[in-house]
Amino acid sequence: MAEILITGGKSAADLDADVARPVERFPTRIWWVCFLAALAAFGLGALLATDMFQRGLGVLGLNITNGWGVFIVNFVFWVGIGHAGTLISAILYLFRQRWRTGINRTAEAMTIFAVMTALLFPVIHTGRPWYAIFWLIPYPNERSLWVNFRSPLIWDVFAVGTYFTISLVFWFTGLIPDLASLRDRAKHPVRKAVYTVLSLGWRGSSRNWLHYETAYLILAGLSTPLVLSVHSVVSFDFAVSSVPGWHTTIFPPYFVAGAIFSGFAMVVTLLVITREVFGLKDYITLDHLEKMNKILLATGMMVGYAYACEFFIAWYSGNPIERFALTNRAFGPYAWAYWIMVACNVAVPQIFWFKRARRNLALMFLVSLLVNIGMWFERFVIVVTSLHRDFLPSSWRYYVPTFYDWGITLGSFGWFFIWFLLFVRFLPVIAMSEVKAVIAEENGEGHVAVA
Amino acid sequence: MSRSHKEGGVLGLFDDPVRLLEAVRKLRSRGLTEFEVFSPYAVEGIEKAQGLKRSLIPFVTLVFASLGCTLGFYFQYWTSVIDWPLNVGGKPYNSWPAFVPVMFELTVLAGGLATFGALLLFARLPNTSRSALDPSITRDRFAILVSGMNPEDASNLLTTIGAREVRAIVPRGWF
Repeated sequence: MAEILITGGKSAADLDADVARPVERFPTRIWWVCFLAALAAFGLGALLATDMFQRGLGVLGLNITNGWGVFIVNFVFWVGIGHAGTLISAILYLFRQRWRTGINRTAEAMTIFAVMTALLFPVIHTGRPWYAIFWLIPYPNERSLWVNFRSPLIWDVFAVGTYFTISLVFWFTGLIPDLASLRDRAKHPVRKAVYTVLSLGWRGSSRNWLHYETAYLILAGLSTPLVLSVHSVVSFDFAVSSVPGWHTTIFPPYFVAGAIFSGFAMVVTLLVITREVFGLKDYITLDHLEKMNKILLATGMMVGYAYACEFFIAWYSGNPIERFALTNRAFGPYAWAYWIMVACNVAVPQIFWFKRARRNLALMFLVSLLVNIGMWFERFVIVVTSLHRDFLPSSWRYYVPTFYDWGITLGSFGWFFIWFLLFVRFLPVIAMSEVKAVIAEENGEGHVAVA
Repeated sequence: MSRSHKEGGVLGLFDDPVRLLEAVRKLRSRGLTEFEVFSPYAVEGIEKAQGLKRSLIPFVTLVFASLGCTLGFYFQYWTSVIDWPLNVGGKPYNSWPAFVPVMFELTVLAGGLATFGALLLFARLPNTSRSALDPSITRDRFAILVSGMNPEDASNLLTTIGAREVRAIVPRGWF
């Protein structure tokens, strides 16, 4: 009981009331404004995507040598965002970091929606999404030929598919007792019926808690290697190829550190807004946010180290092509993107060395946005600069994303926020049963489980 | 501790986990086994006080995770070596290191889904024939349900061991 995790002397009943409030009333005006904006953004993206399917992928900025562009950047970006949620919900659980209880639900929800957003891109990137399912799922094609299991692209299908499924199961398992709380509070018959079904009839019996705690622990254990493996497999899409600038052994840890970095930035962005709008400042406290900012500082320096290491190896390997690829990255036509990346990811988080900065809401909000911009540009730099100048100088080009690229990217943010806003409207944003155990312990009510 | 009987009985409500634990110990020391305990969160030590055995979920996970791993390898081996051996970049047909990522993912996938399935099975969820006993249990109160006993005796017993509120429960379903 060295630290106070819940402020304001809240009781378990206060917690229920505070968390259930946004669920039990008509949405506020600010919610509607955000929701309509998200719908509009998604609508624009969907319109442009439909038009793109009719006309073909030529409307994008893609051309030889850039076979991959903004869509793959977005895929890697969104998968990366998801990692923070799993790290908070699984790894911090195994390490018994009890401060995670205030924020894990939101972070896990973010994971699921981010992976759902990421999955859009490989599918629409095929240009013929109605075939994509047949290209991705291993089944023998019309000539009885199977997919090539030696290909990282197939590993990716399994990695991201498993990640999504397990994250969803883990999240739903955590939700069951809280859905039961909402059910027991519900007065409106429709709400009562919906939460009755969703909570599966949970009654909180000690036998059920025994199985529940065991299952939760195992799911946390199973999710933990996923945090490290998913972005490693995504990095194999690049690292297993022979493109200079991609073909490096540092990619898996570099991608994982970057994923956690960008994911934590997104969690900070979302939490600063959520606690403000829904009045959850006593549960998502400044202490929580300060811890997140420390992790941002640490992972920011890890990606900084990775950037430096790439250069060192390019020089140390003595490989002129690798040296060219890296020099071209930092000082070539896309130098602007490279330095945006370095500024946002390495320089900006250094402000978190200062405690006052770590506890300043406006500042951390700004930093988290800049980090996400920086991490988007990191993927842009990796995907675009490695491809735009290949081995044949006559085919060198300068890739410029078109209106379709940007519009569909904006649409993906709309899609993500539609789901997130529905989540804060219909589901408990704080893991109530876990926080109740923390409240009980802080009140000194005997020995209670670290849930 | 048969659970086949209809879930009626007498419910005693408690305000904090310490009193609940004491009450459970007292019930057990009187040799009573026909009771269920309910709480808004997992109360540490309740399983010992109640004499519950460890959950068998880890074994289910182990079996299914191992199956996922083995079948994952077998499927890749069968497609790449037996059903249609195709030379890809001069690699051996059974290039097993390249099969490891998919084996790993299927291990986690099968293990995770089995864990969730086992949770539903062991916790008997969803069970539409049982509904919540008292709305305060998922909020901040604790309860013991005594069944298979004369209601009057059960009420007296629950009051003696410290229940704040006692009432009879009629079994009913979700809706």
